[in-house]
Amino acid sequence: MNIDLSRRGFLKLAGAGVAATSLGALGFGEAEAAELAHVRDFKLVATTETRNTCPYCSVACGIIIYAKPGDDGKRRVTHIEGDADHPVNRGTLCPKGAALKDFVNAENRLTQPMIRKPGATAFEPITWEDALDRIARALKDDRDANFLQTNEAGVPVNRWTTTGFLAASATTNETAYLTYKVVRSMGIVGFDNQARV
Amino acid sequence: MNIPVTQATAATAVAAATDSPRTAVSNPPVQPMASNLGQAAVVRSSAGGPVAEQPTALTKVAKLIDISKCIGCKACQSACIEWNDTHPAIGENVGLYENPHDLTDQMFTLMRFAEYDNPDTGDFEWLIRKDGCMHCEDPGCLKACPAPGAIVQYSNGIVDFIHENCIGCGYCISGCPFDIPRMNPVEHKVYKCTLCSDRVAVGQGPACAKACPTQAITFGSKDDMTTLAAERIEDLKGRGYANAGLYDPQGVGGTHVMYVLQHADKPSLYNDLPDDPSISGVVANWKGATKPVGLAAVGLAAAGAAAMALFSRGNRVTVEDEREAQLLVRDEMDSVPGSTGRDV
Amino acid sequence: MTNSWTDIKNTDLVVVMGGNAAEAHPCGFKWVTEAKHHRGAKLIVVDPRFTRTAAVSDYYAPIRPGSDIVFLMALIRWMIENDKVQWDYVKAFTNASFIVKDEFGWSDGLFTGYDEQKRDFDRSSWDYVVGDDGFAVTDPTLQNPRCVWNLLKAHVDAYTPEMVERVCGTPKDRFLKIAEMIGECSSKTKTMTSMYALGWTQHSKGAQNIRGMAMLQLILGNIGVPGGGMNALRGHSNIQGLTDLGLMSNLIPGYLNIPTEKEPDWATYLKSRAFKPLMPGQTSYWQNYPKFMVSFMKAMWGEAAQKDNDWAFHYLPKLDVPAYDMLRMFELMDQDRVNIYFCQGFNPLLAAPNRGKLTRAFSKLKLMVIMDPLETETARFWENHGEYNPVDSAAIQTEVIQLPSSCFAEDEGALVNSGRWLQWHWAAAEPPGDAKLDTWIMAQIFNRVKALYQTEGGVFPDPILNLAWGYADPNEPKPDELAREMNGTALGDVFDPKDAAKMLTAAGKQVKSFAELRDDGSTACGCWIYSGCFNEDGNNMARRDNADPSGLGVHPKWAWSWPLNRRTLYNRASADLNGQPWDPERPIIQWTGEKWEGNDVPDISPTAKPGEVMPFIMNPEGVSRLFSRGMMRDGPFPTHMEPFESPVQNVFNARMRGNPVARVFESDVETFGDASEFPYVATSYRLTEHFHYWTKNNVVNAALQPQGFVELSVQLAEEKGITNGGWVRVWSKRGEIRAKAVVTRRIKPMICDGKPVHVIGIPLHWGFVGAAKKGWGPNSLTPYVGDANIETPEYKAFLVNIEPAVGEAVS
Repeated sequence: MNIDLSRRGFLKLAGAGVAATSLGALGFGEAEAAELAHVRDFKLVATTETRNTCPYCSVACGIIIYAKPGDDGKRRVTHIEGDADHPVNRGTLCPKGAALKDFVNAENRLTQPMIRKPGATAFEPITWEDALDRIARALKDDRDANFLQTNEAGVPVNRWTTTGFLAASATTNETAYLTYKVVRSMGIVGFDNQARV
Repeated sequence: MNIPVTQATAATAVAAATDSPRTAVSNPPVQPMASNLGQAAVVRSSAGGPVAEQPTALTKVAKLIDISKCIGCKACQSACIEWNDTHPAIGENVGLYENPHDLTDQMFTLMRFAEYDNPDTGDFEWLIRKDGCMHCEDPGCLKACPAPGAIVQYSNGIVDFIHENCIGCGYCISGCPFDIPRMNPVEHKVYKCTLCSDRVAVGQGPACAKACPTQAITFGSKDDMTTLAAERIEDLKGRGYANAGLYDPQGVGGTHVMYVLQHADKPSLYNDLPDDPSISGVVANWKGATKPVGLAAVGLAAAGAAAMALFSRGNRVTVEDEREAQLLVRDEMDSVPGSTGRDV
Repeated sequence: MTNSWTDIKNTDLVVVMGGNAAEAHPCGFKWVTEAKHHRGAKLIVVDPRFTRTAAVSDYYAPIRPGSDIVFLMALIRWMIENDKVQWDYVKAFTNASFIVKDEFGWSDGLFTGYDEQKRDFDRSSWDYVVGDDGFAVTDPTLQNPRCVWNLLKAHVDAYTPEMVERVCGTPKDRFLKIAEMIGECSSKTKTMTSMYALGWTQHSKGAQNIRGMAMLQLILGNIGVPGGGMNALRGHSNIQGLTDLGLMSNLIPGYLNIPTEKEPDWATYLKSRAFKPLMPGQTSYWQNYPKFMVSFMKAMWGEAAQKDNDWAFHYLPKLDVPAYDMLRMFELMDQDRVNIYFCQGFNPLLAAPNRGKLTRAFSKLKLMVIMDPLETETARFWENHGEYNPVDSAAIQTEVIQLPSSCFAEDEGALVNSGRWLQWHWAAAEPPGDAKLDTWIMAQIFNRVKALYQTEGGVFPDPILNLAWGYADPNEPKPDELAREMNGTALGDVFDPKDAAKMLTAAGKQVKSFAELRDDGSTACGCWIYSGCFNEDGNNMARRDNADPSGLGVHPKWAWSWPLNRRTLYNRASADLNGQPWDPERPIIQWTGEKWEGNDVPDISPTAKPGEVMPFIMNPEGVSRLFSRGMMRDGPFPTHMEPFESPVQNVFNARMRGNPVARVFESDVETFGDASEFPYVATSYRLTEHFHYWTKNNVVNAALQPQGFVELSVQLAEEKGITNGGWVRVWSKRGEIRAKAVVTRRIKPMICDGKPVHVIGIPLHWGFVGAAKKGWGPNSLTPYVGDANIETPEYKAFLVNIEPAVGEAVS
């Protein structure tokens, strides 16, 4: 590697006379004066704070999300820190929780619906309208074709086994409950969540 | 909906920034806050850089790292990266848990893992030490630094680098008895833990201490941390660690980052934590000298020799001096793991 | 968790076995270090590896993966032999005195009633003797040889310390030291807590591991008390909520059940859920089942659920098998019997066992729908990534639609932590690009399907067309609307059952709690155990008062805990037969002479007299079960079973492979390996630097643990010529992975049944998308078999082989 000692640095260095204690004695003119000691500007100034919960493990640590508007005007997360008021984590966070900002802002966040067609080697964009319509059409067709209304004994069983649904493990109760309603109302029994594993 | 933190009832009010914070357990402010760490609080400055004539008398702070509580989770590393906006490279596994493999200019703190078969008990121990700047009361880096005002010490004990003044010579690296500072080979400036001086300046504790899940890292006044350490040492002695003790090495005047060690009689068990660190004679002498001292007379180490030569020759730098210094610094840098630029 | 995270500070002894709390739950583990620091508590770790939890333990012992039941039964044997039993608790609060049917027995590793053809037990003999009065027969003196206590003593007799050493590979002296430390907690004023996780669940007998510890805790008198309990450290932030809300094949929110074909009508369905008390004067809380069930049906289908149509009972599907769990669905998929599959925030290609089978199964789908904030391997299972995902894209005819969803920072709602706290959170930012809220996505799918049925008609559209959907914006139900629906609402005026003139809640108002739910259709409630979370007091989950008046870590006004804001389950058992706390220093509730009161919401009727009503009101016995009757498929006591792939034979029965009643699909029989070919025991786990397969997308976490590796002992490395940091190939009967080798003294060879057993640890965080280096998950290797009761796959003990590998393959 090449450490390039700058000429200016050397001049400063050379000017540092033994036992000299003041800038003047060092031979620096006004323009050459060392930058005065300072710390970095406090970076959370003028951010908004929002209470939230870490989405990783079941300790569910309290966090405070600091955000401010990005270039597109949308509020963007700039920092995340443990909530010192939270009785469980008391402001602490683990190595995952402490890096949550880079989960929210990860390069691999999905930003638009995509479709991979049979046999294709890549995803291609699709609009929400088209994606949702395709899904609804496929569900309706599969349900109508494969829904089992009664068993051999004539008992109403009303189940649908050819479509399945794996639910998330970090969504809210509210999302989970809505998901439950939708999936159950259709008669889907191939229903499971991360608790299984 | 945005719920402001003030909705909570907890007594975690922001410490007044007029003095040092006494805890890391608080939620940072978002309103503008006055910084109490500036020139007015500087008690030492490298190479004769400016110090305050009557420095603000801030309470001495310390970070206490209790190794008996440390679970090696690296939350401190993570919090450090996020707070300081650094970007350590995504490396590879080389058979160790240390990642990055060493401190770098982008990784100011590092968990170091040591496997130890305790011959006295027959038990296996996994000794995990958070490495990073010790913020020496008598800082070798500052003494070694030839750039005025590039390294300062505030009255609360924090040793901080003022990067605008850094010339990238790397002398601080050789001056450090703990092998902590690391060169950024692109900027040619040296980086290390600031003890989150930007947080401390507004009454907040360091990011690592706030994050630490088991509160193996705590932060407060040096007195409070010493008292807490005593409590922990008593607990450890009760659990059979007869040699438990505090690491606050006096060879560097004590440190503002201290360890509680289960085996304080053998600091080197913890990934070569120096048993008795001190500033090398080279560094200690040259800043204290009031007159030029011949190289041969003190048997200087290479980097120190270059510095001394420069200091002792007055105001002119020859091409030879510069070339020599470059070579010496290069040799020195190559011997420092993790400063080879691979993580940039 | 029966207790809460903050309650752990009240403990005297923490046993981490079947988990690795410091690494997987670091901020919860803080309460362990707190108990150690301020209470002088000790920490014991029993694990095949010396983990980062072990690094801060007071005592550690190794154990061979999959042998935990032997260790636990031996602990029980030691407690009985050394009289380390909380006798008052055991006699009054457990079924120790209950007489068991004469036909029940155990021999050769099997309980009575085994049918090898069906791989099932006839469990009819695993029950109490019931008298003519309908109550169970007991012998409070514990003299009857057929009482549970004496049967338990006989059952554990074989589990000697020598047996522990032989089967578990744990040195006898280590076991005995741990037994002594645990034995101290039989004192009424000392408690032990058990913190466990997937180290116990991911076995073909996972539920029995947990029962083993639960039984030990009952014998020590540690259930329901501060600092005690069985504390399952759930894996994900809302895996508790998803379980509570019944997002599983066979569940209805609040641990109600989807009917089976054997319950063809409402009356039959309720008949098997009568929960008649088995002891005189006991509370059997599940007798309220009809109220919870009818209220759920009203929440689902509103006006369409009426008494005269059995509350729309037939809108619910009826199961022909115990459950269409994930493993069964992938098996059906592989048989080409599934067409569409949704993955909502789930990455099964790396999460389910035997990845080769999964890729084959997914390739037979017509449509896969992904909803996720992040890229996942599942969404790209069809994409060739060289050796990391060597598929022929052109041959895979599955259409995949990937929908971008929001993440935690962008939505609002509640997550349920491991301690059952429902904590509301708020959105801090907007989703990136065109990503949408999950609730919006689910509503869109539903509304479109509904519209198709409205316009086209179709098969049995009724449950879809009649689904209650009274949201202000039908396209985007709001979190508070959904939360209120889960809490429950009075549809008609609700009156006090003891005083018909006294109205408790007027029609249209939120019910205060599940005590107000009715089985006459006058209440609707989406999830009875959450009732009280969002009532007329407002959103109790949003409460943020962290005061802790008792100092016991109760924090009653921080968020809201199910049920009824109760923080410690079974807390009635924290007090003796007179209702006074076993430990006066840690009083959580007590009997005043008239009622129960204290620092927590009592887990019993406030006026139930302490000597009369026993604490375990969810059991018809009123007491806890050392003998679990026929509740579990694989036995009323835990008995040692080897993993399906084991280096040694079952010491009780050499013919027995794995759990004798675990479900094995025919196509998987041939995929189990033997020790002759695969001599090493592998076990999978998380590392603290990562969260599953999510954080490999995070540049910070990727930097902290960048690349896949396996861990092995110095001895095995020497034997195989493996160098630290070098490449190895690890393979099982089902697949292979390549990884870096971490050679460590933290794993040491064990001697089991006279033979050395080597353990290889396989962390699970790498795949073929993300910021970290590409790698493989352990599921490329793991067997396709689950626990006999709940089908959690056996990831913690299986067989592999290992060899050095050269160079990095080009991808």
